[in-house]
Amino acid sequence: MIPFDYQRAEDTRSAVATVTARPGAAFLGAGTNLVDHLKLGVAAPDLLVDVSHLPFDMIEPLAGGGVRIGATVRNSDLAVDPVIRQRYPMVSAALLSGASGQLRNVATTAGNLMQRTRCPYFQDVTTPCNKRRPGSGCSALEGYHRDHAILGASRHCVAVHPSDLAVALTALGAVVQVEGVKGARSIPIIDLYRLPDDAPQHDTVLEHGELITAVDLPALPMATRSTYRKVRDRASYAFALVSVAAAVDVERGTVRDVRVALGGVAHKPWRARRAEEALRGAPATDDAFRAAAEAELAGARPLRDNAFKVPMARNTIVATLRELTRREEP
Amino acid sequence: MTGLIEPKSIGAPLERLEGHAKVTGTAPYAAEHLAADTAHLHPVQATVARGRITGMDTTAAEALDGVLAVLTPGNAPRLAPGDDPELAVLASDEVAYRGQIIAAAVAETTEIARQAADLVRVSYAELPHDVELRADSAGLYAPEVVNPTYPTDTTEGDPDGALAAAAVTVDRTYTTPMEHNNPMEPHATVALWARDTLTLYESTQWPHGVRDTIARLFGLATDQVRVIAPYVGGGFGSKTIHANTVLAAMGARAVPGRPVSFALTRQQMFSLVGYRTPTIQRIRLGAGADGRLTAIAHDVVEQTARLKEFAEQTAVATRSMYAAPNRRTTHRLAALDVPAPTWMRAPGECPGMFALECAMDEMAIACGLDPIEFRVRNEPEIDPETGLPFSSRNLIRCLREGADRFGWRRRDPTPGVRREDGWLLGTGVAASTFPVFRLPGSAATVRRLAGGRYRVQIDAVDIGTGAWTSLAQIAADALDVPPDAVDLRIGDSALPPGSVAGGSSGTTSWGSAIVDAARTFREKFPDPEEGDEAGGATPDNPDLERFAMHAYGAQFAAVRVHADTGEVRVPRMLGVFAAGRIINPRTARSQFIGGMTMGLSMALHEDSVMDVRFGQVANHDFAGYHIASNADVRSIDAIWIEEEDPHVNPMGSKGIGEIGIVGAAAAVANAAYHATGVRVRDLPLTPEKFLR
Ligand SMILES: Cc1cc2nc3c(=O)[nH]c(=O)nc-3n(C[C@H](O)[C@H](O)[C@H](O)COP(=O)(O)OP(=O)(O)OC[C@H]3O[C@@H](n4cnc5c(N)ncnc54)[C@H](O)[C@@H]3O)c2cc1C
Ligand code: SF4
Repeated sequence: MIPFDYQRAEDTRSAVATVTARPGAAFLGAGTNLVDHLKLGVAAPDLLVDVSHLPFDMIEPLAGGGVRIGATVRNSDLAVDPVIRQRYPMVSAALLSGASGQLRNVATTAGNLMQRTRCPYFQDVTTPCNKRRPGSGCSALEGYHRDHAILGASRHCVAVHPSDLAVALTALGAVVQVEGVKGARSIPIIDLYRLPDDAPQHDTVLEHGELITAVDLPALPMATRSTYRKVRDRASYAFALVSVAAAVDVERGTVRDVRVALGGVAHKPWRARRAEEALRGAPATDDAFRAAAEAELAGARPLRDNAFKVPMARNTIVATLRELTRREEP
Repeated sequence: MTGLIEPKSIGAPLERLEGHAKVTGTAPYAAEHLAADTAHLHPVQATVARGRITGMDTTAAEALDGVLAVLTPGNAPRLAPGDDPELAVLASDEVAYRGQIIAAAVAETTEIARQAADLVRVSYAELPHDVELRADSAGLYAPEVVNPTYPTDTTEGDPDGALAAAAVTVDRTYTTPMEHNNPMEPHATVALWARDTLTLYESTQWPHGVRDTIARLFGLATDQVRVIAPYVGGGFGSKTIHANTVLAAMGARAVPGRPVSFALTRQQMFSLVGYRTPTIQRIRLGAGADGRLTAIAHDVVEQTARLKEFAEQTAVATRSMYAAPNRRTTHRLAALDVPAPTWMRAPGECPGMFALECAMDEMAIACGLDPIEFRVRNEPEIDPETGLPFSSRNLIRCLREGADRFGWRRRDPTPGVRREDGWLLGTGVAASTFPVFRLPGSAATVRRLAGGRYRVQIDAVDIGTGAWTSLAQIAADALDVPPDAVDLRIGDSALPPGSVAGGSSGTTSWGSAIVDAARTFREKFPDPEEGDEAGGATPDNPDLERFAMHAYGAQFAAVRVHADTGEVRVPRMLGVFAAGRIINPRTARSQFIGGMTMGLSMALHEDSVMDVRFGQVANHDFAGYHIASNADVRSIDAIWIEEEDPHVNPMGSKGIGEIGIVGAAAAVANAAYHATGVRVRDLPLTPEKFLR
């Protein structure tokens, strides 16, 4: 563990300016991920700028019917918020399926989105890892990769993004509000995260020093019928092998609109656009759900030891859509 | 063994004497014995699996502010040569496994110590390594004995001939992965070298053993070393003594007069304090058309370390479990470039009974018999291995009692036909067993105090088992006083010697010594006065030669497997045990369901994945190495049947610390088969094994 300085951010502008000006600086949320990395030597910032107390702890309605979630809203508070539970149950379900009560009580919205992969080699500085040390190689490719990606990976990195919340936000098409020295910008969450390509050291498109201030949820009425299904080895306290966030709007047995995103399968939360396309206008039947899932997973390129994720993802998509549509039309 | 003591306090569900202190955080564990001037130690670990250190640069580490010492093979104190190469810490430049301690930093804070350790630059001449256990590993060999002193191989009759002639046969290979003990409290030592005495606050299962080993290694008299362990947060076999304790003592020698604290990180526990060997077990069973076994063959391949032999007694339980005229067991080891395996809860019985009890299930099905009925048919009258009568054996009663309570009789044996909300449901059963071990070398004293109280002293140790409470109950009955008249002292090597808290032998060994001391005291002092004192020791038990002594149990599990995702959950477990007299039903129940929970964890989750390229466990933390969480353990219960056994010891008790894990994983695997029709023979039962 390398010594570092600590500053409590006074306001957004100075926090952004300070971190931007110092290549070794990092934002600190609740620290439930970053502090582990400090101990393990995975990250060695020389300055932590604590943004967990900035005044972004509100969940507010947006003009146009959406909802804005402040960057420092704690995971527990977000999960039990009445508006979120009623209008976006998949967000609540995703949060509650992650980590533990203690962790959720402190973890922040932005920190959750920016948490880094749980690839064991990434977290072990004695092994090569392109994400941690670009150019050193990917230990997981031929190593222990049961939990790794089946979609969108490259030979440079096959890690998956670990956040459950991000999967639900991806299904909803949330927009991330960011503050930088050059001003503010809005990034659709689907564009926030990157595929690894040849630069897996970058999880997101954020520039050094850009601060997430909020996440905006669109109005999306059909999200009231949404859910999050997380498949994992243990009944709790485990990252997803595969997860599915889905919302569906069915009228007289036909899918009018649908949102599906997958977790545990790629370097980013995976919006299942092909499946969505296949389903729009299709009958709400198991056969159609299966065909849509298969269309999405046709591009899967599993590794030696994670081919099971393909049928697991397929079955989970089908089961989740079935559950949602049955619920709607009993 | 004659003369059971009259149970008065024994059998009462006393609350743990130290329970209040533990839940209020006032019971100090080893690493909490900190003083203002405590220094901290962090090790440097080898990053190659095999080779030689060719250079070590400690300049930057030593230059760091707050660093007190950097220990290396070049400057560490020379230890006396011993018989345990694992403890030859910093003794040479050889690297025998990845993660081995090759240097250490002692500093003012844990953070500085860690930073300094990271700054030590090491170069190696690397040698090719082999860390992978395979059924055909090169150089498989038969050890002289398996742990602790059982014959490596046994043969009776003509198993091959009997198998060839059998009406029904099962020939299957089962595997269990490498598993790490992972007690909740990581290994920790606070060591102080002052006034020619070394004091260790230690998280250990054996204070006396640590004292003797440390004294010998450092060339000290045993009375120059004191090991104190009042409270220990679990051990499961991994807290005998390992290199970390030796290193902490070295750290203390390097900064005389200052306590040095060394608490392992969870990651370090995956290379420094042992694990259960992976096993590859081939089981062949032959039976007649009547469902009686004619042959049992159990052939085990497992690993040990090139550095030090550890031969898990995996097939030993099979020798005594069921009647069959033709029997064979074998053990073969691969010596790999890995840390040495160690004892882990029910070593031998736990992995071995997984294989045997799954094979028994398969054979019952092949014979068209209910698995309980099949076991009943193969119940031996005397111990098939030794030919001795059993001091008591109530396996069948356990199976029958469990069947009643679990609702077994209504069970439809057809696999894969019960479905509820997308889950496939099944139930399974397996048998448990564990030997009655008694270790020599314990002694106790009883001293009369003021007010009619008695101080009872023995260097026993409570690693979370309830020994504080159960030993007080034994002492109370042996002295014929109420338990609150007993002032028990344990967990300190300054007390009369105690044997290791292992092999489920503590209550037998320590309790017998306490009873002996109490009897001597009562004989010597019919009218005791304050200050009167007598001692006693674990007496020989001639019945050991005349009887086979084991505890038995029956494990039942209900399992759900998700038809879409393959997720496996265990909504219900029941264990029924026959383990002699139960000293304290409250702490005993904890031991039983604790063992069963660990068995559930073994069945579904635990799996140390060896990365063969690096020679280390890839998933070396609790995010990667799953143990059962609260949500995984639903309804779980343990009960026991009355069992009078006058032969085992004066309390009439059998060890209960380990039997709960034995057979539990088999019951779960058998239930998963019943649920799905998919027979998984390789632990753990992860979702992908059921997905199709
Ligand atoms: C044992 C354990 C189990 C877990 N299980 C799960 C699980 O099942 N599912 C799941 O989804 N998560 C899980 N997590 C992860 C957990 O959700 C994250 O650790 C947490 O959400 C991170 O939030 P934080 O505020 O503590 O972030 P920090 O650790 O403080 O920061 C994380 C990253 O975000 C950056 N950051 C923080 N705030 C901002 C900001 N405003 N703008 C830009 N960057 C910022 C930091 O620089 C850092 O890189 C688990 C964690 C642990 C320790
Ligand atoms: S998968 Fe990515 S994070 Fe894991 S070792 Fe490879 S490069 Fe590193």
